[in-house]
Amino acid sequence: MRFYLGAVGVTALVFLAFHLAGIEYLWFTAYVVVQYVVLATAWNILGGYAGYVNFGSAAFFAVGTYAAVALHKMGIGNLWLMMAAGGVTAGLLGLAMGYLTLRLRGAYFSIATLSLAVLLQTIITNWSYLGGSRGVYVIRPSEVAVFTSFVEYLFAVMLLLALAAICIARYIEKSRLGYGLAAIRDDELAAEASGVPTLRLKLIATTVSGGLMGMAGAPMPYYSTFIEPASAFGLNYAVNAMAMPLVGGLKTWVGPLVGALMMGTAQQIATVTISSAVNLLLVGLLLIGFLMLAPQGIVGLIKGRAKR
Amino acid sequence: MVFDPGLLLNAIVSGLLLGGFYALATSGLTIAFGMLDVVNIAHPTFIVLGAFATFALNQATGLDPILCCLILLPVFFLLGRGFYDVYYRFFERRGDAAIQGLAFFFGVMFVVEVSLSLIFGPNHQHVETPYAWTNLGIGPVDLPVRMLIPCAMAAVGIGAVTLFFRTTFIGRAVAAVGQDEGALRLVAIDPLKIKRLAFGLSLLLAALAGGALLVVQPVDPWAGHTFIGRVFAICILGGLASMRGSWMAALLFGVIENVTATYLGPSWSPAVAFGLLLLTLAVRPQGLFAR
Repeated sequence: MRFYLGAVGVTALVFLAFHLAGIEYLWFTAYVVVQYVVLATAWNILGGYAGYVNFGSAAFFAVGTYAAVALHKMGIGNLWLMMAAGGVTAGLLGLAMGYLTLRLRGAYFSIATLSLAVLLQTIITNWSYLGGSRGVYVIRPSEVAVFTSFVEYLFAVMLLLALAAICIARYIEKSRLGYGLAAIRDDELAAEASGVPTLRLKLIATTVSGGLMGMAGAPMPYYSTFIEPASAFGLNYAVNAMAMPLVGGLKTWVGPLVGALMMGTAQQIATVTISSAVNLLLVGLLLIGFLMLAPQGIVGLIKGRAKR
Repeated sequence: MVFDPGLLLNAIVSGLLLGGFYALATSGLTIAFGMLDVVNIAHPTFIVLGAFATFALNQATGLDPILCCLILLPVFFLLGRGFYDVYYRFFERRGDAAIQGLAFFFGVMFVVEVSLSLIFGPNHQHVETPYAWTNLGIGPVDLPVRMLIPCAMAAVGIGAVTLFFRTTFIGRAVAAVGQDEGALRLVAIDPLKIKRLAFGLSLLLAALAGGALLVVQPVDPWAGHTFIGRVFAICILGGLASMRGSWMAALLFGVIENVTATYLGPSWSPAVAFGLLLLTLAVRPQGLFAR
């Protein structure tokens, strides 16, 4: 309980600090970083806890985005409804993907998720109602109650989602579900033999992980106001969602948070000061460097120091 | 739509030609993924790297792209050997090849692509060859030289490697290393040496495919993405470690994709390809042509 109260307190403080700063651009940038906290945390539920590497994070994210676009097209512009729709659609997709592919292990699973992403991208590209390959414009409401601007509102919503994602991740980690997933990660056959309901646990993990990614994608139409398949399914979502937990450290909720904050901020700074291509190069090099020199991530490094 | 046998025949023939190129693109992966169990997700990106290296050499010297590609093969062989050394030291030996190794190749893919786009720019690059638009048509069927050359390269390249695997001692050791390393040690061969050699061959084939790719179509730094699913699909459909299986799977794949593109439009062809892969993984993970 103390953890959850503390998390709510920290979130409130972060929001207050950004609110007092009062710079529109700061909210705009921080939104991206916080969005990556959600994506990385969601990825880690399946990838870090259960050891199933999802290459298709972009697909879940984009499905959330397009569910929101579809709702908006039907005339429903409520952000919360859009997020609910994105979460449910991506969660169902996660469940379906789980049924279809979870008999596969290791690399086969990863390749299947990647092909799922391409398959969905092709469908969306050919779906003219959702804009097709030309993309679709979404008009952002000009103002919202209580908040200074709509961007600040989006930032606050994303911050709340990050809070929820971290609480869910930490809850899973400390529950029977988390222990079951860890058993699957370490030795799936042994886990199954000891009576861990592996398929059910994995299905829960894919659904929760996918649903959170979808919710993270749902506010995107309002954030960027223009959505097209190539960028919604962009590989940098998939790479970042995976790189951030790996750099931060798998296995705990802290890793993705640390990784996302660090790499997300570094990328934003690099995009502004150098160029967006160099920023991507930085992500790749950081990922490779950490994998080679610190396979346990930043959290692992710190823990190793503390033990010595 | 009126059924036109010529159209269908054309779609099938050009699908077979395309399949020849796919076979070449997959062959390196069959070695890395099928035989060595190294999930080199960056393989298509190495193909693109090969294409760009060929392009750069072609621009610098003015030689024919195929010749440039052949000159580059030893470089890629050495690159592959070195690359495997790094992979082995940091991932395979540590025993966490699964997640970390996979992510490592993903990172390498990303770094190579971004570097290429920083060096060459994000635009498509292509080379002009005198034979690019020659067409050896037989009746209603088109046989563009642009597609025949990659097919011939595939036949020669894959044929040579298969012959090497079948007839020489070292080649047989490569085929054996994925199955039983211990047995290899018993006959006094260092498995690491063999794997290094095999991975060198894998990248050599990637460079050959890169040269072919440059002849087939203009190449941009991100061109590898469209091939990731295809080459893995073909590799898995073909039953992983089988060169012959991946040939047949590649031809099948090329035909299905081309017929789809002809009748439903090119924007649907990735869906068919990846759908086929998903279906294979879900229903018959050991591949269609597995022994």
